[in-house]
This record gives sequence, structure tokens and C-alpha cells, in this order.
Amino acid sequence: MIDYDKLLSEKITKIKPSGIRKFFDLAATMQGVISLGVGEPDFQTPWSIRKAAIDTLEKKRIIYTANAGLASLREEISAYTERKTGVHYDPSKEVIVTVGGSEAIDLTIRAIVNPGDEVLIVEPCFVCYAPIVELMHGVPVPVKTYLKDSFKLRPEALKEKITDRTKLLILPYPNNPTGGIMTREDLEPVAEILRSTNILVLTDEIYSELTYGRKHFSIISLEGMKERTIYVNGFSKAFAMTGWRLGYMEAPAPIIKQALKIHQYGIMSSPTISQYAAIEALTHCEKEVQKMVSEYNIRRRFVTDGFNRLGLECFEPEGAFYVFPCIKSTGMTSEEFCQRLIEEQKVAVVPGNAFGDSGEGFVRVSYAYSLKHLMEALRRIEIFINEHRK
Amino acid sequence: MKEKLIELLQQNARFTDKQLAAMLGTTEEDIRKEIKLLEEEGIIKGYSAILNENLADKNTVIAYIMLKVTPKRDCGFDELAKTVMMYDEVEAVSLMSGSYDLFVTVKGKDFKDIALFVAQRLSTIEGVLSTSTHFVLKTYKEKGIFIEDEDADERGLIAP
Repeated sequence: MIDYDKLLSEKITKIKPSGIRKFFDLAATMQGVISLGVGEPDFQTPWSIRKAAIDTLEKKRIIYTANAGLASLREEISAYTERKTGVHYDPSKEVIVTVGGSEAIDLTIRAIVNPGDEVLIVEPCFVCYAPIVELMHGVPVPVKTYLKDSFKLRPEALKEKITDRTKLLILPYPNNPTGGIMTREDLEPVAEILRSTNILVLTDEIYSELTYGRKHFSIISLEGMKERTIYVNGFSKAFAMTGWRLGYMEAPAPIIKQALKIHQYGIMSSPTISQYAAIEALTHCEKEVQKMVSEYNIRRRFVTDGFNRLGLECFEPEGAFYVFPCIKSTGMTSEEFCQRLIEEQKVAVVPGNAFGDSGEGFVRVSYAYSLKHLMEALRRIEIFINEHRK
Repeated sequence: MKEKLIELLQQNARFTDKQLAAMLGTTEEDIRKEIKLLEEEGIIKGYSAILNENLADKNTVIAYIMLKVTPKRDCGFDELAKTVMMYDEVEAVSLMSGSYDLFVTVKGKDFKDIALFVAQRLSTIEGVLSTSTHFVLKTYKEKGIFIEDEDADERGLIAP
């Protein structure tokens, strides 16, 4: 008998599987569950993007592209970033087309973190940062954010966690799971702290197109920040292209040079069909994106209002497609709440603590669903809350 | 807000004022006012249900009929269109560009019913040069609503 425990990497076996998994398994065994648990758009990818992919299949050979991605796509990514942020990246030296934003995060952390390096992770946040830091023998250091601050990163909280070993700050805004954003005014003092240090920033702006009421502002647009920032973005959320697996990172050339080696050895090049389609997305789909944003906005207001009406305090999220209501008034923990909600009313939402300890007392609700679906889910949640009101 | 409100009402005219107010980030009072205004101005002409005719009533047949007509000297196509639209069987009438003039939607009990209506009523109207009748066999989408069931949500129940 092979003892696999002795053979497998100690590091990876010690890493916990995603906290979401448990609910996924529970939900999968039940009939008639309606979900508000998904982190991907319900919209179909705009037709012109799909058509560009079909044309590519018909007319082109589907071969590897350059490691960093098609030159023409990198040029468009660079131009798009400049339009949105005013910051220029050299398409030949400062851009890599990656397999989703996820790979860009992985490349960044692997290119930067040495054993023992501390990585500041703003929480609650997407689930992948800490495990990758741990894989690199780095030390994830959570920086908590709070409802009273609309889940923004406060400069004092950041300052408190900085040590001599701090290497990287991960800044995930607009935020999954809270829907919180950072405005220019919020970012200025953060940048001010960082400018006098050697700390790098990984800014994960995958939800940058999905903001409501005001345009997204990137930290790279602030003076002196481009040189210390790795900018990550992608096509999944803005263009409803999750399954196409395409994202990108933009950063100073010395960082890109190292990250490109990891990408080259690990991936070769990102999916070719998706890359051609992505050019269409960046050049011709502004209108489609705005239409999706406007639809999300209606749902966002509807769901936020719904939770507040039920007495579950829910700050008004300004980005992404999640609301993050506080469920402390029910006397349940996040996990209890989610488990009982799915068992009793068959509605799946995600416990906030799956996104870090500071998410305890909250649940993540996705509104990437039709209004009809959201109305039925809220109806069921209302029954649940009324039955458990203290 | 007006445009968004119209869009939402077209999606579902039974949204409550409360729901509409939440969705558009305004008050119920404002919603009521705006709807009243839209009705008074005649922008909203009414509210109707969108049916899946197959399920609602097995004895309904819909046909689209293209009419070629001779416009009258003084009133163009209007008088003829008005004559056509007075029939109860006629659901909708539009003036078209292209090779036909009037596009008429007719509802009847069966194919024969509609065929007779076209032969006896429409084609005999003075000024009608020709008719071309097209029966609807199946409707997939109407007024932005999928008539047959939408594709099931293929996304997983829970994902980060």
C-alpha cells in the first residue's frame, strides 16, 4: 500500500480546501434549491465576442501564441487600461495575457514572495490569495475591514500591520464578497503610506467595470504607484466571459520578466481562441457592458432594499455583484445561518467567514440572477427570517 | 428614470410601486407620479398579459398578413389602416416600408377562420391590391420574454 500522506507535498496537504466547498456539497445533495451563491454573471457573453471566436475557429489555425499573448491583444489591453486609468503600460514589456485573473494573481505572488515574507491581505476577500502565499512559504497577514467603514481599507489598519518583513499588499477592490469600493480619496492615504516603503501592491481589479453611481478609480492612477503596483484585471466579470479563462497583468518590466518565466513554463500561452475574441471585447463592447451594468444596478438596489427591509443590515455596495448583509441579529453564526437557510427554505448563500474571519456575522448574496429569481429567493428568505426572529 | 421605469414595466407590469422604487432608487410617491404622468400623456396605453398561447388556449391561431394597398389622395394610408383595424379579429396594424404596405396581425379560432376573414373581409376592402397570409406555427419570444422555458441555469449552486 502506498502511503500517500508521506509522498505528497507537506505544504499543499496542510492547506485547507476552500470554505465554500462544504456548502457546495450540501447544496448538491438537495432538490429544488435556488441559489444566490454564484460568483459569475448570468448574462451570455455578448454575441459579437462569440462571433469573433467562431470566425477564429473557421479561419485561423489554433496554435500557441507568443508566451505573453497575442501582440495585438496586448496592444489593446494597454490602450484599454490607458483609457480607463490614464496609465500607460508598454505592451511589449509590461503586459502578460493570463488564464483568467486567477493566474495573474498566482504569477504575481510567485514572482514576488520569498519564504518568510509577509503579505498583507485585505479581508474579507476572494479565497485564493492566502493559500498561494502559503504555497510560496510566505506568511499571509489579514488586514480586517469593517461594516462601519463600508469595508474600505483604513490607513491606520494598514499601518498597524506593516513590519520589516512586509513584501506585498493585496488590494481587492471592487470587493468580492462585500461589494465595497475604494475611491480616490480612500486610496490617497494608503498610497501615501506605501510611497515611503518598498512594499509592492497587487491590485485585483477584476470587478472594475462593475461599479454603480461612479466610475472605478485605480490606485495605479496615483502618483508614484505604477512603479510599485501589479495591476490585475480580466474578461470574466466585465464581459461575462468566465469560461473563456482570460485575464491579464500589467506591471513594471522587471516584475513582468520574472512572472513571464512562470507563465511560460507552466502555461505556455493563454487560450488562443479566447485571445482573438478578447480583442473584440475591448474594442467594440462598451455598450453591452454598460447595459449589463445598468441591469445589475437595478438588481443591486432591489436586493439591498430587500435585506434592509427584513432587518438584516446591509450597507449599499457600490461595486461587483454582491451584497453582504449582516445576520448577527438572528443570533446565528454565518455557517449556521447558511446551513439552516438551505435546509429549511432551500436557498443557497455563502457564509461570510469563507472570505476571512472578518466576514463572520455576514453572508454573501450574489445578484447575478434575474429579477424573477431574486424575488423568489427574497420571498423565501423573508419566511426564514420571520421564523427565526429573536 | 422615465426610460428605466418604462423598461421595467415592459418586463413586468405587475412590479409593485414599492419594488419599482427600490430598483430605481427613488420613492414610491415618485413612482406613482411618474406612472400617472406616463398614462396621462398616453405613453403607456395599457397593461396586458403575455401568454404562451399553446398553454392558454388551444383554439387560437395567429396569422401575419401583408397587405399591398393603394394609398388615397388625401389621407395616404391612414384611412385604409383605420378600416382594417376596426375588425375585432385584427390585433395589430402597422404601416411598413418595403414591398408591402400594411402589416396586420389577425387572431382566429383556426386556419379556416382566418382564411375566410382574409378572403371575405380584408381582400374586399377597396384599395387593397393583394394579401399574403402567414400563419404562426410557434412563438419563441415575445416582447422580450421567452415563451418556451428558458435554458436551465447551468452555473453551479455555489462558487467563489
